[in-house]
Amino acid sequence: MYKILSKSEIVPNVHKLVLEAPDIAEKAKPGQFVILMIDETGERLPFTLSDWDAKNGTITIYFLEVGLSTMDLVRFKGEELSAVIGPLGKPTPIDKFGTVVLGGGCYGVGGIYPIAKAMKEAGNTVITLIEARSSYLLYNEEGLRRVSDRFIVATEDGTKGEKGKVHDVIENLIQEESIDRAYFIGCTFMMMNCLNKTKTHDITTFVALNPIMVDGTGMCGCCRCSVDGKTKFACVDGPIFEAKEVDWDQLFKRNAAYSQQEAIIYQFHSCESEGV
Amino acid sequence: MDAKDKLKIPRQKMPEQNPNARAKNFMEVPLGYSPKTAQLEAQRCLHCKIPKCMEGCPVGVKIPEFLKLIVEGDFAAAARKIKETNSLPAVCGRVCPQESQCEATCILGKKKEPVAIGRLERFVADYEREKNLIKLPKKLPSNKKKVAIIGSGPSGLTVAGDLIKLGYEVTIFEALHKPGGVLIYGIPEFRLPKAIVEAEVDYLVKQGVKLELNKVIGASKSVEDLMKKDGYDAIYIGVGAGLPRFMRIEGENLSNVYSANEYLTRINLMKAYLYPQHYTPIALGRKVTVVGGGNVTMDSARCALRTGAESVTVVYRRAREQMPARAEEIHHAEEEGIFLKLLNNPVELIGDDKGAVKEMKCIRMELGEPDDSGRRRPVPIEGSEFPIKTDLVIMGIGAGANPLLTSTLPTLELNKWGYIVADENGKTSMKGVFAGGDIVTGAATVISAMGAGKRAARAIDVHVRSKK
Ligand SMILES: Cc1cc2nc3c(=O)[nH]c(=O)nc-3n(C[C@H](O)[C@H](O)[C@H](O)COP(=O)(O)OP(=O)(O)OC[C@H]3O[C@@H](n4cnc5c(N)ncnc54)[C@H](O)[C@@H]3O)c2cc1C
Ligand code: SF4
Ligand code: FES
Repeated sequence: MYKILSKSEIVPNVHKLVLEAPDIAEKAKPGQFVILMIDETGERLPFTLSDWDAKNGTITIYFLEVGLSTMDLVRFKGEELSAVIGPLGKPTPIDKFGTVVLGGGCYGVGGIYPIAKAMKEAGNTVITLIEARSSYLLYNEEGLRRVSDRFIVATEDGTKGEKGKVHDVIENLIQEESIDRAYFIGCTFMMMNCLNKTKTHDITTFVALNPIMVDGTGMCGCCRCSVDGKTKFACVDGPIFEAKEVDWDQLFKRNAAYSQQEAIIYQFHSCESEGV
Repeated sequence: MDAKDKLKIPRQKMPEQNPNARAKNFMEVPLGYSPKTAQLEAQRCLHCKIPKCMEGCPVGVKIPEFLKLIVEGDFAAAARKIKETNSLPAVCGRVCPQESQCEATCILGKKKEPVAIGRLERFVADYEREKNLIKLPKKLPSNKKKVAIIGSGPSGLTVAGDLIKLGYEVTIFEALHKPGGVLIYGIPEFRLPKAIVEAEVDYLVKQGVKLELNKVIGASKSVEDLMKKDGYDAIYIGVGAGLPRFMRIEGENLSNVYSANEYLTRINLMKAYLYPQHYTPIALGRKVTVVGGGNVTMDSARCALRTGAESVTVVYRRAREQMPARAEEIHHAEEEGIFLKLLNNPVELIGDDKGAVKEMKCIRMELGEPDDSGRRRPVPIEGSEFPIKTDLVIMGIGAGANPLLTSTLPTLELNKWGYIVADENGKTSMKGVFAGGDIVTGAATVISAMGAGKRAARAIDVHVRSKK
């Protein structure tokens, strides 16, 4: 069993979960994820590792209530989860690239932090960029600001920072800065929109794909994506891939596979309608 | 009773759930022998001086001896006799391909039908468990030596069972949240009730085997951690063949196209057939097509039927005689109304505007010259393509080696397919690291994985004792 140290709704519909998982905290690297199970009847739910503390043996994830399972996790009153598995996936290579942009939307506002931090420590100029529909939906600002040379907030209603979304703001940023690499984490729509902006300027862009998963260890093939015309398993070959090679249309369609039975498409709906 | 009378007894049938009823439920299909039937069947054994049946058994179960105990009515003793060489009789009685092992070599099979060894094995194991007659085996005093087993499939469980008796401290590390390997996530409830697998694991835990679930070795912990930090004296790798194969044809990434591993994992491990009480969903196909000819294929096809498919078709590129599935499973599948489309191979999958599969394009095949496996090679008949309407496709064409763990061990020798190179005792190129089961042989059988585990346990014991 894995102890829940804290679970709270930090802004409407964004939940922060801190777990006791010393093994995972010791091994975690930027770009990796964990799989959680609430109990025996639950799904195996993948979440981006958004922070960890090897000394105290804790890990942090952020999640949105987007469907049955995440709703359950929100309402869960127990003190322990039945399974926490990880760290899974390939760590993203960290090096001194120059100027690195990190864009986050919805759970990715939390998810970009480990890469931002590691990139900063590796001596890069780090620019972070986060979006929300309105100022009261922003979170993780303090942490991100600390590891950023430039920190930009975008709100759709203009109540804080720039008006618009990450993919709007990045346009101006590309004019102002010479960007060597960009990373985007968020819902599929957000990542694709951002790529559409960076690719016209030939900026090497990475995204953390979020296909449906089951085991998370390369055993089932549920998470397969077409990248550069080849089938890849996001849970072991990714989840971070070079964005321009991704078959987005296929990813959208595969992610919608269970929409009738209550599924992940709901995530886009809530991202779009609640605009976190 | 003399041999003549024995020969007059017909091979006893095992009662089964009616095909129409069972095609709609996940309960076990064969219902097992009654004690009377079991004794009658066991009486058919001729107690050959040189029992041919044993030559066919990969772990050398003392078949005539356990059959004799059945005749005498001491069913629990019969079960214990089997357990001297096979620690999972309730499982093996259900899933071993007896028709190509012990029953294939049984002398009675020459003129009549062989003794139903598998059914009897199942009967005694069930009897012992259901009547609570299971006794924990004797255990040598602790030798304070630690062995780590990676993977809780039949091969890892066998190593654990053998080493715990010898006084080792044994820990099994399992990536999934439930132990049992393919027995839990692959083989469906209606063929192998999960309660039986749980009882087998429980038996090991009661003897002191430690289970560390949710530990993906190579990710959560490394083999180096196990040896250096945690001080294990030896490691056994029994991680199975957990990499689904696809055909690399157009349209394979459409939605509603599953690997058999995913389809079966959702159903068996995650209990998607109980959705929404269990939260993992599964696509419900009306016209389901399953590709392949092995147990994996038959299991997927029969699960699809049980989740409500109107029709289920198995597409296999070779002929019926060449299907690797257990004869009983093919028979059961056909009884339940599954249609076999033999000598056909998919060449393309076509999707609708939502990206879900709607059609499979197949090509007809004919048998040519024998290939490496000795089976006649199927060759496509040019220009014979035709479409099959389908809304759910399951690829059951086999599994390969999952590189998650092996890729973290640069000094571990692998063959060209990525399987671990090990000698017949499971010794690998890394000192103190042993391996066996599907990760060495490629996808094989429960009993061969267990056999490998038995030999490796002996070799591990020798290795640890020779190490000062
Ligand atoms: C659907 C299906 C039906 C079958 N039917 C039959 C049948 O009727 N009769 C028969 O004889 N055989 C059958 N087989 C084959 C048989 O199940 C296998 O040959 C056998 O299970 C192999 O045993 P194993 O112990 O080598 O591996 P597995 O049973 O595959 O177990 C390996 C275990 O290791 C775990 N693991 C993998 N990687 C790691 C890691 N890095 N860290 C920790 N744990 C890890 C896995 O999660 C798994 O639990 C079937 C197979 C399938 C898939
Ligand atoms: S070969 Fe058949 S008849 Fe002979 S001992 Fe074995 S089971 Fe009995
Ligand atoms: S989730 Fe099963 S292979 Fe990636």
